[in-house]
Amino acid sequence: MSEHIVSIRIYFVIFLALILGTALTVVAGLQDFPGPLNVIIALTIACIKATLVVLYFMHLRYSNRLTWVILIAALFWLAILFALTFSDYWTRHWLTA
Amino acid sequence: MAESIAAEHEVHHPALQHHFENMEQQREASTLGMWVFLVTEIMFFGGMFFSYTLYRWLYPEAFASASNHLSLPLGAINTGVLIFSSFTMALAVYSAQTGKQRAQVICLTLTLLLGLTFLGIKAAEYKEKYDTNLIPGHLIPSRPFNPDAVHLLPGARKENVEIFFWIYFAMTGMHAVHMIIGVGVLSVILFFATRGRYGPEYHNPVEISGLYWHFVDIIWIFLFPLLYLLGRHLMGHGG
Repeated sequence: MSEHIVSIRIYFVIFLALILGTALTVVAGLQDFPGPLNVIIALTIACIKATLVVLYFMHLRYSNRLTWVILIAALFWLAILFALTFSDYWTRHWLTA
Repeated sequence: MAESIAAEHEVHHPALQHHFENMEQQREASTLGMWVFLVTEIMFFGGMFFSYTLYRWLYPEAFASASNHLSLPLGAINTGVLIFSSFTMALAVYSAQTGKQRAQVICLTLTLLLGLTFLGIKAAEYKEKYDTNLIPGHLIPSRPFNPDAVHLLPGARKENVEIFFWIYFAMTGMHAVHMIIGVGVLSVILFFATRGRYGPEYHNPVEISGLYWHFVDIIWIFLFPLLYLLGRHLMGHGG
């Protein structure tokens, strides 16, 4: 598997998308959306930006499968960290209530 | 022995280490190794992102109130600076891959300068927190944290605002430490780049330093909205 060279044009488009995403985050952050919509919008934009960086700037899209496995495993373990620790805090007061 | 190694060096690239079959295998191994390191970093920052989530969940109004004391313009500019530096870093890798020696040195220098710009702006923000007594606890003995300096939104309690600043300084501080390490790494890479060490055949060090740089950028992509933007929309609610 030989090395894939990403073109300057793609790098530039990704760069513009990231700047646009930042501007969008700021604009959305100043609006008062109902309920938890503000944080959902902010995190969605952040996740899209992070995905663009990982896929193109970090070349994951053109990397071998093993690299994908390593990244997905890390995100899986991160989900465990959040889910199990939060299940503790979430349910703590149930006994005293 | 010495003669045979010298003879071998004539038939393969001098940067090829002898436990690898060829340059391609060496490049893939170093890239994979960097990814393994970076996912341990995900877990490292993950713990801090968790504590952020927990305390924001416990004290949402206090978090929003405290967050409004961060400078949105400086945070947004710094996000732009870091994204631009990621772009120039990607171009530095591209220049190495395509053998554009001059462009490679220029891009690495730009990346380095943008990284330093980020750290300078960050330092100005920290200075502002020092001036307004918002550095948590007694980290600055002569200027202990002053919760009265925080403008409280409705529902926020004064005793809960300090935890936001602990988390803010822990996360942005750890991020800044990573930036400083990145600046150090890039300085070394730039030094070797000026001596023409990296080209189409061999550029693993540029590539994996780039991976590290982009990773630090990603952490900031999450820190910016989470720390700077969580309470802005509530500012019109009075209090």
